[in-house]
Amino acid sequence: MSDVRQTVAPQVGDDIAVQLSDVHKWYGEFHVLKGINLTVSRGERIVICGPSGSGKSTLIRCINRLEEHQRGNIVVDGVELTNNLKNIDQVRRDVGMVFQHFNLFPHLTVLENCTLAPIWVRKMPKDQAEAVAMKYLERVRIPDQARKYPGQLSGGQQQRVAIARSLCMNPKVMLFDEPTSALDPEMIKEVLDVMIGLAREGMTMLCVTHEMGFAKTVANRVIFMDRGEIVEQNAPNEFFNNPQSERTKLFLSQILAH
Amino acid sequence: MADHISVQGHPGSVTSTDDRETASAVVKPPALALGPLGWVRANLFNTWFNSILTILILWLAYKIIPPLVNWLIINSVGPGEGVTAQACRASGGACWAFIHEKYRLILFGLYPYEEQWRPIASILIIVGLLGVSSNRNFWKPWLLAVWAAAAVVIGVLMWGGVLGLPFVRNTLWGGLPLTLILSVVGLVVAFPLSILLALGRRSDLPIVKSLCVTYIELIRGVPLITVLFMASVMFPLFLPTGVTIDKLLRAQIGLILFASAYLAEVIRGGLQAIPKGQYEAADSLGLTYWQKTRKIILPQALSITIPPLVNTFIGFFKDTSLVIIIGLFDLMSASKAALTDPAWRGFYKESYLFVAVVYFAFCFFMSKYSQWLENELHRGHKR
Repeated sequence: MSDVRQTVAPQVGDDIAVQLSDVHKWYGEFHVLKGINLTVSRGERIVICGPSGSGKSTLIRCINRLEEHQRGNIVVDGVELTNNLKNIDQVRRDVGMVFQHFNLFPHLTVLENCTLAPIWVRKMPKDQAEAVAMKYLERVRIPDQARKYPGQLSGGQQQRVAIARSLCMNPKVMLFDEPTSALDPEMIKEVLDVMIGLAREGMTMLCVTHEMGFAKTVANRVIFMDRGEIVEQNAPNEFFNNPQSERTKLFLSQILAH
Repeated sequence: MADHISVQGHPGSVTSTDDRETASAVVKPPALALGPLGWVRANLFNTWFNSILTILILWLAYKIIPPLVNWLIINSVGPGEGVTAQACRASGGACWAFIHEKYRLILFGLYPYEEQWRPIASILIIVGLLGVSSNRNFWKPWLLAVWAAAAVVIGVLMWGGVLGLPFVRNTLWGGLPLTLILSVVGLVVAFPLSILLALGRRSDLPIVKSLCVTYIELIRGVPLITVLFMASVMFPLFLPTGVTIDKLLRAQIGLILFASAYLAEVIRGGLQAIPKGQYEAADSLGLTYWQKTRKIILPQALSITIPPLVNTFIGFFKDTSLVIIIGLFDLMSASKAALTDPAWRGFYKESYLFVAVVYFAFCFFMSKYSQWLENELHRGHKR
């Protein structure tokens, strides 16, 4: 497996954005991550797929410490995640995250959702934060909704606001945790289009998703996880056309069948 | 990307929905035209059981309402020259002359008669500020400063001793100003304290958590009367000789301790109702614990706990009447004192009714205001 990574990763860049080495995590007795090794280069787009319960969400949630790993090392942009709160805050400032259920703040307007963190975490003046927010709201094509509350928007619009909210912090890495799984089919495309745009601009992305079309379009590397392990990883063409392991083949046959 | 196109396109079903919509726009709901007689038959006499209930209620109303109107209005004795208790007793109606005679005592307790403009001014300041504070546009830092300034002004007014105002000991304070001071100061101090207690009870830090749990459970497990007794009788025993703390202050502290424990549990309920995703989103943006709590969690938690919070506020406002047992003359105790005048003995109904109306006015305002505030806070993000 390590040789696969070596053939893919160096083409993109030498700088390392995220490095996980021998990461383990348990939920009580349940061993959810079993020795994950993963190096993400700057500008790399990685899609993580796998059956439910395989640990893929837990893996990316460890990268911004929403979950705590119990063994191994995670280094994000040169900062190691330990119990040091300063390190955790620094990593979280530089890593954006988009959730399956959007998790917008319902009591704040769209614009306030976007300006909150820049104002309070980055100490940006309010008018500057609003200018930045409007820039990213235009980028996700909903500037006209800025004064509305999240509850007044459709699911697809809410998810685009969530992406804009993360971008306002000018993150170095973006994590996506099944961003389209809670959306109605006709709204999936508008969110994926935004994500494809981001990928084209060179954002480092780790994306847990079952959108195989998206994986084929933008991913440098597709990772297949099962039962807490990385079973297989490869460039999308190789991964889809020539899967190596039986588990991958089974998974792909199920997911591409419909 | 091709995967989606097949999912998106269902042209047939889309057209049929449109057809149904245009058709339904034309059809109107059936008109429900019922005359008043028809309404009575359909709602009051539709079954034999409802008919019996209707007749029973009409009979009870006949039995209750006319005597009540007689007592309250027709046979009542209003204030006037030379109206005495004897005239009241002879009439058989309500004796409003008694209220006219005693309202100063009920509303202001033993406060010196000539100086009672001072408690009146204090009440007006408190009520006026409550009115200003109820407008959400004024929820700015300067409002806190205004409240602090008002507290000083009220202190000067009530105590006096400066600016040519004669000094009035706080053992002479009583009636409505005392009730308002005890409740407003109690809630203003207890509320932030209860937020800290509620946050502490959910803290990951074991010492903070166990301290908060112990405090809340201990105070909540004891009747308010006991807390007040302890504050007034037992607490001074622990103080070194020569040091005394004012009785009013002790009662106020007892009330604050009690209210904060109850409010903390209400607020904790609201904190628990906030979805985990809100905490995670705030964390992932790099907000610190206090930023997250202040900007994301508390605004939502407090807005959903408005009904139980106001419930506790109203209960607390009325519970201040328990200070009677440690000898403070709040509104309730003052009305009892008014009844001890030998010349006007026995007009319990009028006295309690008057006090009840005053309490009701304040509680009803709180209740109505909370409903309005709830709508106001939820208007934006309601789906």
